[in-house]
Order: sequence, then structure tokens, then C-alpha cells
Amino acid sequence: MSVLNPELDSPVDADTVPVAVEVHDVHKWYGAHRVLDGIDLTVAPGEVTAIIGPSGSGKSTLLRVINHLEQPQLGHVSLGGEPVGVRWHRGRLKELSERQILAQRGRIGFVFQNFNLFPHLTVLDNVAAAPVATGQLRKPEAQRWARELLDRVGMGEKAAAYPRQLSGGQQQRVAIARALALRPGVILFDEPTSALDPELVGEVLAVIKDLAASGTTLVIVTHEIGFAREVADRVVFMDGGRILEQGSPAEVLDQPRHPRTREFLSRVL
Amino acid sequence: MSDALVPAVPPDTARPRDTDPPPQAAAAPAETTSTADARSAQRVIPLRHPGRWIVSVGVLVLVAQIVHGLATNPFYQWDRFQYWFARPVLMNGLVITLEVTAYSALLGLAGGIVLALARLSRSPVLRAISWVYVWLFRSVPLIVVLLFLYNFSALYRTLSVGVPFGPAFWHFDESKLATDMVIAVVGLSLNEAAYAAEVVRAGILSVDQGQHEAAAALGLPRRYQFARIVFPQALRAIVPSYVNQLIGLVKGTSLVFYVSLLDLFGSVQSMGSTYPGDIVPLLLVATVWYVILTSVVSVVQFYVERHYSRGALRTLPPTPVQRLRHGLSTLIVRVRKETAS
Repeated sequence: MSVLNPELDSPVDADTVPVAVEVHDVHKWYGAHRVLDGIDLTVAPGEVTAIIGPSGSGKSTLLRVINHLEQPQLGHVSLGGEPVGVRWHRGRLKELSERQILAQRGRIGFVFQNFNLFPHLTVLDNVAAAPVATGQLRKPEAQRWARELLDRVGMGEKAAAYPRQLSGGQQQRVAIARALALRPGVILFDEPTSALDPELVGEVLAVIKDLAASGTTLVIVTHEIGFAREVADRVVFMDGGRILEQGSPAEVLDQPRHPRTREFLSRVL
Repeated sequence: MSDALVPAVPPDTARPRDTDPPPQAAAAPAETTSTADARSAQRVIPLRHPGRWIVSVGVLVLVAQIVHGLATNPFYQWDRFQYWFARPVLMNGLVITLEVTAYSALLGLAGGIVLALARLSRSPVLRAISWVYVWLFRSVPLIVVLLFLYNFSALYRTLSVGVPFGPAFWHFDESKLATDMVIAVVGLSLNEAAYAAEVVRAGILSVDQGQHEAAAALGLPRRYQFARIVFPQALRAIVPSYVNQLIGLVKGTSLVFYVSLLDLFGSVQSMGSTYPGDIVPLLLVATVWYVILTSVVSVVQFYVERHYSRGALRTLPPTPVQRLRHGLSTLIVRVRKETAS
């Protein structure tokens, strides 16, 4: 992916290629507690996957394993066929150096539940930081690109503000723009609306919907069942560190086969 | 405060306050008077605190007495104070104090950052070394460190860089390298680094874990993560504690007198032994200069803290200058209103 090209004014997604995500038999445990218990998941390029399930079911951990914020003890994740955080060495998986892992993260956007914007930087600098820090763009170009992204999430007018001067919904929209700054092939959302007041949820979901329509691969951990139904191509239900059921929204949300799915949906709907 | 004091000023003699009902209420037209009365009857009369006034007056009298004593007691010899205040011999000492403070503060902070990073690193060896260093230099009195360094050249005549127990590549002559200034700065920096390490570590730990995660998730290079994301936020917690440390250092430099460096205190001390009659004004001169240095540091602290609170506060607090300007302008408006009516 070459971002250092002169076509910055071209449409935003011009050189962003959606990427496939494959999770191969991932196990993760803390002591005796199994957080992920053999997860296999394939997300096709451009597909929008919603992961639902009760709290403590391992949804967020799975997301954090995908961009290697957490390392699994067994199994691995690959992005467009390339393992994340590890490489094959004589038939075994070997951990990459931190520098290599950081370089891979540029291909994976991550949006946190609590936004985690950098409070000491302006909105514009929050978005422009990654392209500058990784040497992909020089500062003026990065700022122009950041403005473009902020306009896209409807935050162009707040470029000079500091994050704490914004509402939760506005902060989350900036966080999405920041995650887009390196033109990732896949974006992971970890309960992006859970920390928001109910009336602010809509503006964030609208931005995610817009992203889904643009053809980027999205993996969204969410409690918004209605949103999952509307946006997702596929819904994955997790419980106890396992995927119990997956399929189209109509299959999983309207005719759940697994009794745990039925029980969960009856409680949240 | 004793209740017996309260009747000394009966509440009804207390002067009217600006919270009392405005005088316009009385001048209102007749038919609205009753509603105005009803409203002023609703107005809560604030509790008077006559005891507070009495105590304040007592304290002010005490302060006035102390000031009077300072100004008129011939013991302080204010004429000699004036004579000594800006004497070149003391100014040279002041410059030495400033130099030692500046070098030690910078080297100490740099050492503190390195020690804090070592302490927070994933390497158990680095963590242990950092811990032992801090433990050792916080345990040994500064004066002992300084005197030990002063006698260091007797212990090791030359310093050399090379392989332990193996060949040496580079030799220093200790006596040429270790001037009094170098000994003072090295001693203070070694000591300062131990305390600065804890201040910096506390600051780094105060940064939200989510910030580290966000920086890592964006794939920012490690150096950038620390220098641009974590450390600037840590500074908000580091600055007040480090300034505390710095003020201690300004005064701590007075110990370099014992390694025969004539700093401000040292030159006061040596002048005092030459002119024993002037020892009190000389000590006053030292006191006033140390107060001035500390005040300058405090003013700088205010502006540095303000700088690093960008983004942490929704609006920055006004600077003293802004506050003064605002106070003056409201005063002028008020005076104009009063004179107009």
C-alpha cells in the first residue's frame, strides 16, 4: 500500500484495499480461565461482521487478538494471508519484533469503546499523528489528509478543538477518522457506542454505516442488535470463549438455532 | 473559636453588605411596594461571622508587630544589608549557585528519566539496577556523597574505560578532571536523579492505560509513543513534584560549600568569618536571594503547568496578569457607575 503518492485529492478510498481476516483455532487463557477456546472465523474482504454475545464471552479479547494487542497462546490470525504478530519459522509460529508488529498495525484500524483520543493534541493532530509518525506523509500533507477524513465523519469544523471539549459522539467520530488515517484494510470496532449517551449513538452508527457502504472490511463488537441487523453481512454469536452460531442477520437474529443464542436475544431485544 | 467572643460585636451593628436588598426596592412605585417587600422578606440574610473579624484583626496586629520589629531592630543592620546585597563577591557566589543548580537539575532530570524507563522496562536486570540505585542514593545523605566524591581522587588516581579485569582503552587523570565544580555537579546530580526517577515514574504511571493502547493500536513507533504521546501527558503530573524537587535543589546547593566551592551561601559564610559583625545582615542577604530564586522558579512553574494542561482542562485558568487586568477593568467599571449615580 503506497500512501506516498500524489493522488491525495482523489476519492478517499482510492488505494484502500479491503482485506480478508482469518482466525485460525485461537486459544487464549489467563491461568485456569479460558477466554478464547478455539475460535475459527473467516471474514471475506469488504464483509461487515457483527460479533454479539453476553459480556465476558470473549468478544473484545478476540478483537484485541486480531490486531495483536493480546497474544493468543495457541493459533494465529492472518490478514490477507499474512500472519499477524507472528511468522512461520521451520513449521512453527515465532513472534515478530515489536517494530514489525507496529508496522502491521497500520493495516488494521481499531476503534475503542472509550475513544482513547490523545487529550493533549488537537483533533487535527490526533488524526494526523499516525501518518507523520510512521513516515508515510509529511506534516502538511498529513494535515490535509486529516481534514479530508474529519470532513468525512462530519467533524471538519472541530479540527482545532481538543478532545475534552467535544461530546462523546463527536470524540468517537474523531477516533474513527484517526483509525482511517493509515488507510487500513480492515477496521475493528470494540463496542463503539457503549460509552455514549443514547441520543449520541445515532451519529456514530451513521458514520460506521457509511464506512460499511464504502466496502471496507469491518468487524464490529456491538450490543446494538438493531444496528447489527441493518448493517452486518454476517452475525457471529459468542459465549464462553466459543463461537456458537454464525450466519446472516436473518438466520442468527430471527431464527437462532442454538438455545444460548435464543436466550441471549430474548434478554436484549 | 469560643462562643464567648461572639457578643463582642452584636450582629445588628455589622455594616450593610452588597448582598442586602438593593435600595431601588424602597424607591419603587407604591403599588409594587408590597410585592417588593414580600420579595425582600424572602431574601436570606447571610450568617454574620464577628469572631472571624476579631481573629483577623488580631493576626494583622501580630504581623504588623513582626514587620515593625524587622524594620526597626538595630540588630538586623539594614544599612549593612544594603551594602552587602549586590556586592560582587556575593554575586559571584550567586552565579555559582545558579550554575550548579542548572547543571544538576538538567543532569538529574535526564538521569531520572533513564532510571524511570529502566524501572518500567521489561528487563528484570534493568529494573533491579534502577531500584538499587534509587534505594542507595535516597539512603545516603547528600553531604556524604559530596565528601566521598571530594576524596574520590585519593581512592582512584586515574579513571579508565575498558573491559573489566581486562585491557583499558582510555585513561583520565582524576585530579585534572575533577574540579570542585564537577564534583559538586556530579554529587548533586547523582542524588537528584534518584528522586527525579520516582517523580518521573509516578508521572508515567499516571497516564491512562488506554493511551498506551491507542498509540500501540495505531502502530506509532515506540520512540514516538513515549516522546509525543505518553511523556507530554506524564509531564502534567511530573512538573509540580519536580519543581518541589528543584526548589529543594536550589537550597541544597548550599552544601557545596563543604567541597570548597564558594556558592552564594559559601561566600556569605566566608565574608561572615572575615567581618564577624556583619553575619546577621549577610545571612539576611542570603535569605532574600534564596527567596528570590524560589519565587522565580514558582512563577516559571505556573506557566509550564499551564502549558501542559492544554487539552486536560476545557478552559485554561487565567494568568495572574490576566486576572489583574480583569480585576482592574471591573473595578474601573464599578467606580464609573458609582460616580455616575
